[in-house]
Amino acid sequence: MFGKKRVAIVGAGVTLFRRNLKETGKELAYHAAKMALEQAGMELCDIQSVVMGSAPDAFDGVHMKGEYLADGAGAYHKPYTRVFVGGGTGVFAPLAGWWHIASGQFDTCLVVCEEKMSSCYPHPQYAFTTIFDPILERPIGMNLIWIFALEMNRYMHKHNVKKEDIALVSVKNKRNALDNPIAQLAANITVEDVLNSEIMAWPVQRLDVSPTSDGAAAAVLVSEDVAREVTDNPVWIDGVGWCIDSTHWTNRDLYYPDYVEYAARMAYKMAGIKNPPKEIDVAEPYDPFDYKELHHMEGLLLCKKGEAPKLTREGVTQRDGDLPTCPSGGLLGCGNPIAAAGMMKVCEIFWQLRGEAGKRQVPGDPRTGVAQAWGDLMQYGSVIVLRR
Amino acid sequence: MSLEKITNPFNARHWIGHMEADYRYTLGIAGERFFKEIKENGRIMGAKCPVCGVIFVPPRLYCEKCFAKLEEWVDVGKCGYIYTYTIATIDVDGKKLEKPQIYALIKFEGAHGGLIHKIGETDKVCIGMKVEAVFKPPSERKASINDIAYFKPAE
Amino acid sequence: MSVKIKHFPGEEIETKDFREGKVLFESFRPKAKYAWSAGIAISRFLEELKNGRIIATTCSKCKRIIVPPRIYCEKCFKPTDGWTYVKDTGVINTFSVSFLAADASRLKEPIVVAIINLDGASEGMGIAHRIEEYGDWREIKIGMRVKAVWKTPEERVGAITDIKYFKPLKE
Repeated sequence: MFGKKRVAIVGAGVTLFRRNLKETGKELAYHAAKMALEQAGMELCDIQSVVMGSAPDAFDGVHMKGEYLADGAGAYHKPYTRVFVGGGTGVFAPLAGWWHIASGQFDTCLVVCEEKMSSCYPHPQYAFTTIFDPILERPIGMNLIWIFALEMNRYMHKHNVKKEDIALVSVKNKRNALDNPIAQLAANITVEDVLNSEIMAWPVQRLDVSPTSDGAAAAVLVSEDVAREVTDNPVWIDGVGWCIDSTHWTNRDLYYPDYVEYAARMAYKMAGIKNPPKEIDVAEPYDPFDYKELHHMEGLLLCKKGEAPKLTREGVTQRDGDLPTCPSGGLLGCGNPIAAAGMMKVCEIFWQLRGEAGKRQVPGDPRTGVAQAWGDLMQYGSVIVLRR
Repeated sequence: MSLEKITNPFNARHWIGHMEADYRYTLGIAGERFFKEIKENGRIMGAKCPVCGVIFVPPRLYCEKCFAKLEEWVDVGKCGYIYTYTIATIDVDGKKLEKPQIYALIKFEGAHGGLIHKIGETDKVCIGMKVEAVFKPPSERKASINDIAYFKPAE
Repeated sequence: MSVKIKHFPGEEIETKDFREGKVLFESFRPKAKYAWSAGIAISRFLEELKNGRIIATTCSKCKRIIVPPRIYCEKCFKPTDGWTYVKDTGVINTFSVSFLAADASRLKEPIVVAIINLDGASEGMGIAHRIEEYGDWREIKIGMRVKAVWKTPEERVGAITDIKYFKPLKE
């Protein structure tokens, strides 16, 4: 066992994900946090520490956003940490929660992730473009979509992947999302719909992309002793991994995310996983764009480099396949409130392993799941392995 | 090709730019009700926690101490007292104000929290001084904190 | 999204609700101006661009020729050892044909952005820039050779845009 105490998730909560929600960021954080506590059968006074995951202050438009959201996240007068690694935040936040308990310092930790991107008007694009180097990249007119387009093009070129295969991911995830009560963009679409959709930055087309959203998600993490008291059905955090590459993204080959692999190896070593495709029953890789699910499946060592499109074509990643991937509907189907999106994936694995996912439930009594998020300037990977 | 040395430190460069963004902040579930009451009824409301009894001003959706949902709203009246204050001599951009402006944190008896606002109709204030909200005429109100023009000394 | 949860909170509103006054909000535009220090390495890089040249730094340990240049090698975590010029020609590593401008508005004529691996730099070392004079965008390929098109010496100020764009090299 790594750490002084084994850590379990015992409750989770998610708000609706929508383009515009009326609630303030604080209110969103509260809804998710409260739901997670109620699901765990616990009160705020049982919580000893709080971790908040929320991506750039520039989205909500409140400087020191972590501090602003603190009371909504239940952190009033409690030890509080905000973590932020761009899109990787949603899986990194429960990792930070894990540190709180595994270190032996706390027995309980409430992990909350929130994003209110609609505050940046008319589109959070303005906030996004400031990720680029102000001297070497912004003067060229960089747009966020270009990052994905450049990466996608390289991936397609390296493995000779056709757009039709990539579009299958969008079709699968949006269809999976039809069974998700919080989903923003669930739909029954076809590969042709994707290929005929508006070209945004070739090879990226409109239906390849997840939308910007408002939303929050939360989970209650506890030590083994507390887990045995509050539930018969804890889900253990058995592996954690995280890794970052540099922002010199023009200096690496974008076809493969090394940093996701390093984070995955770290998590798998901790969890004692030697053969990921065989030992992992359900996966939620980060899918802000359809090709990213393939990119990340390979980075997570769930298949060989270049093999993910084939597995998708063969139906292996469907809910009833050998490696169900994004049964929640992912970001493509549910929406992408950056930090909350990654956390939603962790919550999905939690509910899948408990058998509570309803229509989205993957069959076969899954016992081990992995969730992964990716962020910053194509440089960050966070991975969590959950087990029942 | 031979290298040319740059030894002049004035050649070290800065790149000038700005970060552009516009923001629209929804008032939220609690905020919308609070400002609607100010706009339509000229009332300052608080929200009471059913568990610990604390009344929050401005009102919120949840009690930060108990995490209970706050559903009971109360009118805290138009009068409060100065908890602390400052006298501003420059504006938000750093330019000198024509006339110094007093800003205070105004608390309401029995309630937790308070409102930051301007003090008007007086140059002299002290901590503990009773003050009363002066609302703009209904036609000028926009459901904003500035629907209250300022707080004045109360009789 | 557990079957045990019956209600998921969140009050959805639409963009038009703001216009129609159905939802109340406050507006704000932050006024944030910046003077970013280019730093030791990029100050030199910009100065050399003004002179019509592209400069890189070298690391004696990993033997890389690094562009954009930096004063430390991030792999070896030691100072870089020297400067060297690289060519203004290279190969397209990846590219995108964007119908979106930086502010997300739609463009009739696309902007083509690429990562160009420069000749003389280590393998995989690239810079981001635009591609123009390509004819039909569907003809652009990864692996295509390109060359920088520079502004005139009088127009150059010490900026990445002293290179106007890269254009395909007809071999």
